[in-house]
Amino acid sequence: MAQTAIPRIEVRERRANEGADQKSAPPKVSVHDLNFFYGKNQALHNISLNIAERMVMAFIGPSGCGKSTFLRTLNRMNDVIPATRVDGKVLIDNNDIYAPGTDVVELRRRVGMVFQKSNPFPKSIFDNVAYGLRINRITKSSSELSDRVQQALEDAALWTEVKDRLKTSALSLSGGQQQRLCIARALAIRPDVLLMDEPASALDPIATSKIEELIFDLKKQYTIVIVTHNMQQAARVSDTTAFFLLGKLIEVNATEKMFTAPDEKLTEDYITGRFG
Amino acid sequence: MMAVARVDQMRKSISAVMTTGTAVCTFAAVGILLVILSHIALKGVGSLNFRFLVDAPKPVGEGGGIGNAVLGSVVLLGLSSAIGLPLGIAVGIYLSEVGHGRLAGGVRFIVDTLTGIPSIVTGVFVYAIVVLPTKHFSAFAGGVALALIMVPIVSRTTEEMLKLVPHSLREGALALGAPQWRVVLGVVVPAAASGIATGAILAVARVSGETAPLLFTAFGSRFFSTDLNQPIASLTVQIYNYAISPYDEWHAQAWAATLVLMTLILGINIVVRILTRRRF
Repeated sequence: MAQTAIPRIEVRERRANEGADQKSAPPKVSVHDLNFFYGKNQALHNISLNIAERMVMAFIGPSGCGKSTFLRTLNRMNDVIPATRVDGKVLIDNNDIYAPGTDVVELRRRVGMVFQKSNPFPKSIFDNVAYGLRINRITKSSSELSDRVQQALEDAALWTEVKDRLKTSALSLSGGQQQRLCIARALAIRPDVLLMDEPASALDPIATSKIEELIFDLKKQYTIVIVTHNMQQAARVSDTTAFFLLGKLIEVNATEKMFTAPDEKLTEDYITGRFG
Repeated sequence: MMAVARVDQMRKSISAVMTTGTAVCTFAAVGILLVILSHIALKGVGSLNFRFLVDAPKPVGEGGGIGNAVLGSVVLLGLSSAIGLPLGIAVGIYLSEVGHGRLAGGVRFIVDTLTGIPSIVTGVFVYAIVVLPTKHFSAFAGGVALALIMVPIVSRTTEEMLKLVPHSLREGALALGAPQWRVVLGVVVPAAASGIATGAILAVARVSGETAPLLFTAFGSRFFSTDLNQPIASLTVQIYNYAISPYDEWHAQAWAATLVLMTLILGINIVVRILTRRRF
């Protein structure tokens, strides 16, 4: 098991160091003038934003401001909602994901997602994590499959809790464990970008802090975008923060600056609790 | 304070009356069922023995059994399930997962209309499209008629069960790079499997009691047969024939055959319940 795991980590770390050397690396995700419509309602107005590789970006803002909608445009998850329309550009690694002929299935394999409500499949713990590997035919042998499942569960800090009951139902896990299982499931196929839509909103403080520690570890390997209602959480886990209000992007800034001296008055009002 | 106490008293009395009312209704409904079941069991058990279950019918006064009808019913149910269940489940999947807009609306309307068609009409229809062209009654025609009755029941229950699967499961699978057909077959359908199976049992149980559509399709037979191209016996048609006969012996056999039919349906229910017991 260690044989496959060790080289991977070395490669990842070498890449991480290279990334640190190149200060002017191109952004992982680059959004230009994005507008989004539910039927006739415009939910997002002219959003432009860059997300740097192997960083955590947090989206904050009051309910209904478009954070989740925007997050879901990054892996075209809104495609499954009828009567929605997008215009503008979303470049991931310089490829426009809304260009005609884009393979949406391939895109979603590269841009993983963790949802607000944990949504484990009614299958065993093992089969949940193996699902993405199996459908994408990533692993060639069953031993490789179980190695990858173990690795993903370890990355999601769940392995020690479930290693003796991998064959039991995922639904027998606690809420926090289920959410970490969903993270493990997303990590198993090793996406480039991980989107997290309020991953801790339904969890207690202990489970929440576990997920936050996890995010901190994961950014060594992944580019992470997290939507959160909890401003302390945004302050704790993210490198940059974007503030949304009524479908508009008000401000993007380094998280530290955002929470101490934001450029915009609206941001300051929201953060200090004057509305929202 | 007095007024509050009186309102409280009132609420409690209404609650007691309502609880008693629902209990009485429950016992009435279950009681009717028990009366029917016990009546059939009492009337039927007298003529029931092993030879009755395996023998072919004999002329009046010589005994004989319903072995051919049991076999025939199994053949007919197997054939109609083989045609009707896949078709019905596929239509249900289409309605819930694939079809949107007008076409799906039209299909749903047709399925609903089909549910309401009297089974004898289905029998006449199959008589016209299968029996007349082939110029003879056949087990195949009977199976087709029963399958046509199953399709709308199975497709509607399948659709309802699939719609109960939370949308978040579909999104979770899509977010892992699963194409839609794999999401449906690998996640959504398994999540609804026990509900779909229940719908399938209901459909099998429903058609196993059908007589009218078999009268002029499978027709009935007094011999053992598994030939799909020949007329075939079934429990329901045999019960019908014996019940309208003038002989007391055949009346008794009809009661016994009814008991067998009911036990068969009960058996199907229990087996599928065990097979689809929730594992996850």
